[in-house]
Amino acid sequence: MSTETIDLKTRLVTDFYARESVMNGAAASALHQKKRAALARFDKLGFPTIKNEEWKYSNVKELVSESYNFNAASDIELSDLEDLKIPEQDANIIYFVNGHYHAGLSRLVSSSDQLTISSLSDAIKNDPDLINSFFNELAGESGDAFTELNTAFTHDGIFIHVPENKTVEHPVILRFVSDARSQNIGSQPRNIISVGRNAHLKLAEAFRTLGTERSFTNAVTEIYVSEDAGVEYYKVQNESDKAYHVGTTQVRMLDRSQFYAGTVTLNGRFTRNNLNIVIDGERCEAYMYGLYFPDGVQHVDNHTTADHRKPNSNSNELYKGILRDRSKGVFNGKIFVRPDAQKTNAFQSCKNIVLSPDATMNTKPQLEIFADDVKCSHGTTTGQIDEEALFYMRSRGISHSEALSLLMFAFCADVVSQIKIDSIREYLENVIAEKLATK
Amino acid sequence: MLSINDLRASVEGKEILKGINLEVKPGEVHAIMGPNGSGKSTLASVLAGREEYEVTGGSVTFNGKDILEIAPEERAAEGIFLAFQYPVEIPGVTTINFLKTAVNEIRKYRGESPLDAAQFLKMVREKAKLVSMNDSLLKRALNEGFSGGEKKRNEIFQMAVLEPKLAILDETDSGLDIDALRIVSEGVNSLRSPERATIVVTHYQRLLDYIVPDYVHVLYKGRIVKSGPKELALELEEKGYDWIKAEVEAVS
Repeated sequence: MSTETIDLKTRLVTDFYARESVMNGAAASALHQKKRAALARFDKLGFPTIKNEEWKYSNVKELVSESYNFNAASDIELSDLEDLKIPEQDANIIYFVNGHYHAGLSRLVSSSDQLTISSLSDAIKNDPDLINSFFNELAGESGDAFTELNTAFTHDGIFIHVPENKTVEHPVILRFVSDARSQNIGSQPRNIISVGRNAHLKLAEAFRTLGTERSFTNAVTEIYVSEDAGVEYYKVQNESDKAYHVGTTQVRMLDRSQFYAGTVTLNGRFTRNNLNIVIDGERCEAYMYGLYFPDGVQHVDNHTTADHRKPNSNSNELYKGILRDRSKGVFNGKIFVRPDAQKTNAFQSCKNIVLSPDATMNTKPQLEIFADDVKCSHGTTTGQIDEEALFYMRSRGISHSEALSLLMFAFCADVVSQIKIDSIREYLENVIAEKLATK
Repeated sequence: MLSINDLRASVEGKEILKGINLEVKPGEVHAIMGPNGSGKSTLASVLAGREEYEVTGGSVTFNGKDILEIAPEERAAEGIFLAFQYPVEIPGVTTINFLKTAVNEIRKYRGESPLDAAQFLKMVREKAKLVSMNDSLLKRALNEGFSGGEKKRNEIFQMAVLEPKLAILDETDSGLDIDALRIVSEGVNSLRSPERATIVVTHYQRLLDYIVPDYVHVLYKGRIVKSGPKELALELEEKGYDWIKAEVEAVS
């Protein structure tokens, strides 16, 4: 461990106690006690090294070797965001700049009878007991140092509650912008989403970077999916070549609920996504789709868990990646089928195209099955582009580069087509086509 | 139009074509027949530019241009089309999108402006009729889940859309029932013109009942060992290839 590593951790721990000392009476609150406990666990764990099995292929040494300003102000305006080419649409759009809710840029279109939505910092002020009843109740069991760190430093993010039997017609799009134009930026957004019985929500998190300094985002989202509810959740990462991102999404599903996740990593220096779904109900349907395109020296790591705890539920997972240059990809997919979870169907597939001899992909399916009447399967493939298909296309007059883009676009299509927020799907199609055409 | 001189080619160090000579003029249909393993498909592949074949000698010019020096896509743009023996399935790319890309890439090569969507669709619908190609197939992923007959029909449909100067049909009859054979052949015949030439590579004579050749060549052990009028194909059908093999062995 380098001295810098110790420095970032020490700085964070010191910062925590400094803040606590000026909290006045609030330090005694139940919420703060959770944070305090999380900080103690983080202090004990430290940042993971590659000796940790869960981080074997993802080295965070470079990430923790620098310092970041976690409290940076930003004079960002809407016009600064034009360059980020995020299309406008009929949606609730909430901006976070450097991890802080930005009211000026945000816009709500859904009525308040469909959903309660507020920044987490306001929600904590207005109803601390309510927030405390959700806060870290799902993510708390992760045992992951980054999640503990986020918990300890939770200050802002979103709180969404959809009351029972409500269907939120317009999607909610959370846009997290790191304004790294003048300094290294750190942000730790925390999102709490609660979807009531038979309620439905489409939610997206989009991460972007402004500027060329480093950014470090450590995001945690907890999603409660009640009985008969349906949630579509998308995470789109199109950050800078100096963006470090560690994110955990922790989901709990109850009886007969449906949960779709789509995770698309378009760009970023280092990305680690943890998507953990606890299927704590019967007749649930969980879907996980993922897509990643690292190039240069980029690193993308997706860790997923489908934890079947009750009988008669299904999970389906498909992750795909195209790796170029000297990039690295990691996929680790865990499926747990607990003793009570008979009649579980769990399927997992991870397919990759490695376009360069210097790019690497590490895939690790991990099935732990403790019930006997289940159907589970997993498969991973890592290969090159189909030369016969390439020749076929070229023999029709399509240039080598165009044929390659068409084939790669087609490879992505079955993941992209799963994204049901039209504007996001179209945005992805455009960005992907552009990305494929330039190489 | 096409002039092949002493063409030699190998795959993985093994010489397959051992000196092919062939002249094809506009308007002509040449049939290339021969027993399995004689080099028929290799010849078709070398002409289209398949990379795993190494050309070790000879030359091929097409309208005066040395095509061995140019990429497969440039050969296509020059007007050479290969109908594959085993058309490739490409999931995620629709036939229509694939063809639109091909047509416009070729137009770009020739310095022409791209077709707009309406022009393209009109043209495609006309050509689809030629080979009784159902519209629904056009919207499906290229050849994915197509029957053998549908794949071959799709090849001829693509040929109709791209209007090549030289079409090379590699075992287009294999795996076709008699109705599909008729439809495919009618498609090929409707494209025959004084400006265009066709090379039909086939093992059996039956395709030549429908696509009547001007010349028949027999390929054996990497060389054209016999050429003749269309009646040669009938003779081969009747007597098989053994007498040709015997003739060749007697000479060598």
